[in-house]
Amino acid sequence: MSALTLAVRDSNTMLRRNLLHAWRYPSATLNLLLTPIMLLLLFVYIFGDVMSAGIGGGGADRSDYIAYIVPGILLMTIGGTTIGAAVYVSMDMTEGLIARFRTMAVYRGSVIVGHVVGSVLQSIASVVLVGAVGVAIGFRSTDATVLEWLAALGLVALFALALTWIAVGMGMASPNPEAAGNMAMPLILLPLFSSAFIPADMMPGWFQPIAEYQPFTPAIETLRGLLLGTGIGHNGWLAIAWCVGLSALGYRWSLAQFNRDPK
Amino acid sequence: MPSSVMSTSKRGDSRPSSAAVSAVALRKSYGDKKVLDGIDLHIPAGSVFALLGPNGAGKTTAVKILSTLIRADGGQAQVAGHDVAADPQAVRAAIGVTGQFSAVDGLITGEENMLLMADLHHLSRSEGRRVAAELLERFDLVEAAKKPASTYSGGMKRRLDIAMTLVGGPRIIFLDEPTTGLDPRSRHNMWGIIRELVSDGVTVFLTTQYLEEADELADRIAVLNDGKIAAEGSADELKRLIPGGHVRLRFTDPAAYRSAASALREAARDDEALSLQIPSDGTQRELRSILDWLDTANVEADELTVHTPDLDDVFFALTGETTVPHQPKEDAR
Repeated sequence: MSALTLAVRDSNTMLRRNLLHAWRYPSATLNLLLTPIMLLLLFVYIFGDVMSAGIGGGGADRSDYIAYIVPGILLMTIGGTTIGAAVYVSMDMTEGLIARFRTMAVYRGSVIVGHVVGSVLQSIASVVLVGAVGVAIGFRSTDATVLEWLAALGLVALFALALTWIAVGMGMASPNPEAAGNMAMPLILLPLFSSAFIPADMMPGWFQPIAEYQPFTPAIETLRGLLLGTGIGHNGWLAIAWCVGLSALGYRWSLAQFNRDPK
Repeated sequence: MPSSVMSTSKRGDSRPSSAAVSAVALRKSYGDKKVLDGIDLHIPAGSVFALLGPNGAGKTTAVKILSTLIRADGGQAQVAGHDVAADPQAVRAAIGVTGQFSAVDGLITGEENMLLMADLHHLSRSEGRRVAAELLERFDLVEAAKKPASTYSGGMKRRLDIAMTLVGGPRIIFLDEPTTGLDPRSRHNMWGIIRELVSDGVTVFLTTQYLEEADELADRIAVLNDGKIAAEGSADELKRLIPGGHVRLRFTDPAAYRSAASALREAARDDEALSLQIPSDGTQRELRSILDWLDTANVEADELTVHTPDLDDVFFALTGETTVPHQPKEDAR
């Protein structure tokens, strides 16, 4: 077998292990969906009237705000799911099993590839589940074309990949799973400082740069534009640049740590 | 397909006379703490080698280097004919490692753990199932096979751990403290398992802090202390390294002890324990002459024990423990 076949085969084995864990312990994944779903319901049903009035300039009804908030909640869901990945990677790296893998003649990166692909697939599944809640409370994406739908799916996958690589790096940098969970907190907190809940230009002037120069805002603007069929402007390129940059950074960081001698 | 992979992980091409593991001047430090300070090893294929030492002597570090988990700072090591630094993947294809800490996936079942190993060894599905079933049977894990490994007892986890190590048919097996933390029954089971491995022609490299274990299992023993090999040889050779046995006389009355001590000037004194040690090989003839001598010197001890040297003595002599905590291992009263 060629080196590439072996790499694919071993990575696939590790991915199956990863998915088996998720399948056996679904509560670990589902718990991570609670925060985005709760925030969605809170903002729509409790703050909804005020929020819609603010956004629509006084006259908007609640459905306008649902249309506004759901794309942000979807990307926040990815942030939440990848916190799980950071904790999971840290758990894996601090246990004896990783030493066994390292002393076997398997493709060295297979453990990481398993984690990354597994986390991206879980993120997409989570987005579908939270998206279903969005549709149930009235979110509609009927103005989008098929192409925009595919682009939206691609963006979700790319964004999940970027956050996953960062999360994997965090998981490896942490001494234990608890620390990994804390370190990865920004992944679910950043959307609160983005244009997920209100447009960035409605925030105080001094705060706007914080909202604008971070990955969530351009990605949310792009996803919103794609799902609502309202155009994305330059946000699409910005979002892709953020995703590629974060992926490359997380990849380098994770690999450097993985290749270091374990303690 | 995996013909190329399999051939390296089977015992077919082993050269009986060659060394399974050899190391020259292996060194490793963490910060300014020297963990391994130049150790040499030569372990013939098909033998059992025990690296014996107290906690913190560097046993685990040696295993980690030889099993390619970490890199040495200096020196050279070859395992299964391959340099651990230059060709780690070739070493990995020939070895199986059971570390000190359980290396099983607790979230999945015992059987799934075995199948995971089979997949990573690139066995076909049917071959993988056959090997997994066989090993689960051999290690008495059939009943627990469908339960998550996290629910296993310590002994079961250790057995699963070793079963997983054997999936690829390794020629050289590293066992880092295989019986630490096991109850006496599980420990004896583990010894049986290790003896079975050896009878299959596998080379076993084990570390232990139990002298009894090294004595029971190993063909050759190296005593590691402070990162250096203090002595190496068979259990008998090591026992010959230290002064022979002795007869120990113990007194309860300090006055009796003092008069005995002045009468028997040749005896080594232990004033705190009120005991005297007279060199003796423990034969009947020697014992009789000692007893006669005690009678003529009018010495009456409260307790007389005959002590033949065991690995404990070797261990304490070599690792520089000054006070030998006397384990009552003496054979006669």
